[in-house]
Amino acid sequence: MPSLQSLDVQKRSATTTMSPSVRGADPAVAKLIDISKCIGCKACQVACMQWNDLRDEIGVNVGVLDNPGDLTPYSWTVMRFSEISKPDGNLEWLIRKDGCMHCEDPGCLKACPAPGAIVKYANGIVDFISENCIGCGYCIAGCPFNVPRISKTDNKAYKCSLCSDRVKVGLEPACVKTCPTGAIMFGSKVDMIRRGEKRTNDLKERGFQNAGLYDPKGVGGTHVMYVLQHADKPELYHGLPLDPKISPWVTLWKGITKPLMALGLGIAVLGAFFHYITRGPKEVEDSSNKGG
Amino acid sequence: MAHVAMKSGEVPRYDANERLTHWIVAILFVLLTASGLAFFHPAFWFLSGLLGGGVWSRILHPFLGVAMFAFFAVMAVRYWQDNVIKAYDRAWQKRLSDVINNRDDGLPEIDKYNIGQKQLFWTMIVTMILLLVSGIMLWRPYFAGAFPIPLIRIAGFVHAVSAFVLILGIVVHIYSAIFWVRGSMRAMTRGTVSHAWAMHHHPLWYRRVTGQGHHTTHHPAAHATAPSAAHQAAHSAPHSSK
Repeated sequence: MPSLQSLDVQKRSATTTMSPSVRGADPAVAKLIDISKCIGCKACQVACMQWNDLRDEIGVNVGVLDNPGDLTPYSWTVMRFSEISKPDGNLEWLIRKDGCMHCEDPGCLKACPAPGAIVKYANGIVDFISENCIGCGYCIAGCPFNVPRISKTDNKAYKCSLCSDRVKVGLEPACVKTCPTGAIMFGSKVDMIRRGEKRTNDLKERGFQNAGLYDPKGVGGTHVMYVLQHADKPELYHGLPLDPKISPWVTLWKGITKPLMALGLGIAVLGAFFHYITRGPKEVEDSSNKGG
Repeated sequence: MAHVAMKSGEVPRYDANERLTHWIVAILFVLLTASGLAFFHPAFWFLSGLLGGGVWSRILHPFLGVAMFAFFAVMAVRYWQDNVIKAYDRAWQKRLSDVINNRDDGLPEIDKYNIGQKQLFWTMIVTMILLLVSGIMLWRPYFAGAFPIPLIRIAGFVHAVSAFVLILGIVVHIYSAIFWVRGSMRAMTRGTVSHAWAMHHHPLWYRRVTGQGHHTTHHPAAHATAPSAAHQAAHSAPHSSK
């Protein structure tokens, strides 16, 4: 949301030169969401609304506890409730706090054509600088987690900012602050990994053999991580991807294609000019209509 | 369109409607290229200013695109028969390096368009269709939401590549028409070309429209009076420039 000068900018969308980076690097931060501790109370959703001054439209019951039924420009986090039938006949309720994962290699930023509309701070937070947003929706195509939403009112893209404004002044994100069970934690990424691994080991001892930390390498790791009871099957958690990556189509479109085609166009124009200089025009005698 | 009336010394090539359509497409192309390149690479971002900034570019680009497709479709219907590639075009193409080096002597005789123009025509047909289809998939806020995200990713790539190919083609088109092949530009500004130009570059077409049989000696048509212009033109052809 806001452009926070006090957080070092590491990457800016549609920018080929270095971002301002004279200040010492902030340590990478991370939010750790321990799904095994979540009770689905949605206090985090309320805290997010409250801190960010967001009020979604009053929705309708979509038949499950998810409310609203999806992420929206006004709801940057949504509890996703998944009921799983276990092989032993029991049911398991998996509740995942959905929202921006703050990828180390953000697909939204890669796809964004508007200079500085998406930035990644040195601490790892990926933020939309909304006044630079042009509303093209490429961030939606770039995101491997289907997170950004475009407002129908102002045609700008929105998503969780990891409360970059709070983090800037040394506070934890609003959702972390409010979580009554301590299922959402915040700190340096190193600490959060350590914590997640410790919790994973506890879960394993308690019979969840496939418990694990979700910090997918395909996007360079994320600054929002999950402790999953079933890390071997993240899809159980409302389709959390097993191996999220920026789509190869986006990589092609926003990667090698750009310099190659820009070069191609330059060569074509220069080629035409050099052709004119070396070969000259085709002039037909007796033409009363010389030139263009 | 044989035996068309013509002013002295000139062979009509495009009537007012044809020129108007062409320039509408051309203007739209310039606006679309500027705004499209701005989205494509940050080096071209400054071009987004042409349509009034990034947001206005995003808003206008798709509408302009649909307009360009529509007007181009009129051209496509109008010219497709003239752009069927024939055996003499292939023969002409074999001498492409001579053409490029301005050694035009004894080139195979071709009709209204040479094979380069014809290939550009078909390239435009293909790229414009790809641009329209992929463009609709990318079009926010109206249509993109109706398409699955994986498809939108492919559309983004297809849109960029098609636009690149089209722009390359138009670079060659603009260079040839304005700078390289002298006397061409007038066809699209005033609608006519000189007899010499027509005979030199498009002899089959020249004979078709003038009703001229074969090479004859040159009679400048300049003295022809208006009522007999068509008649005069039909019986005169400038010698070729070689």
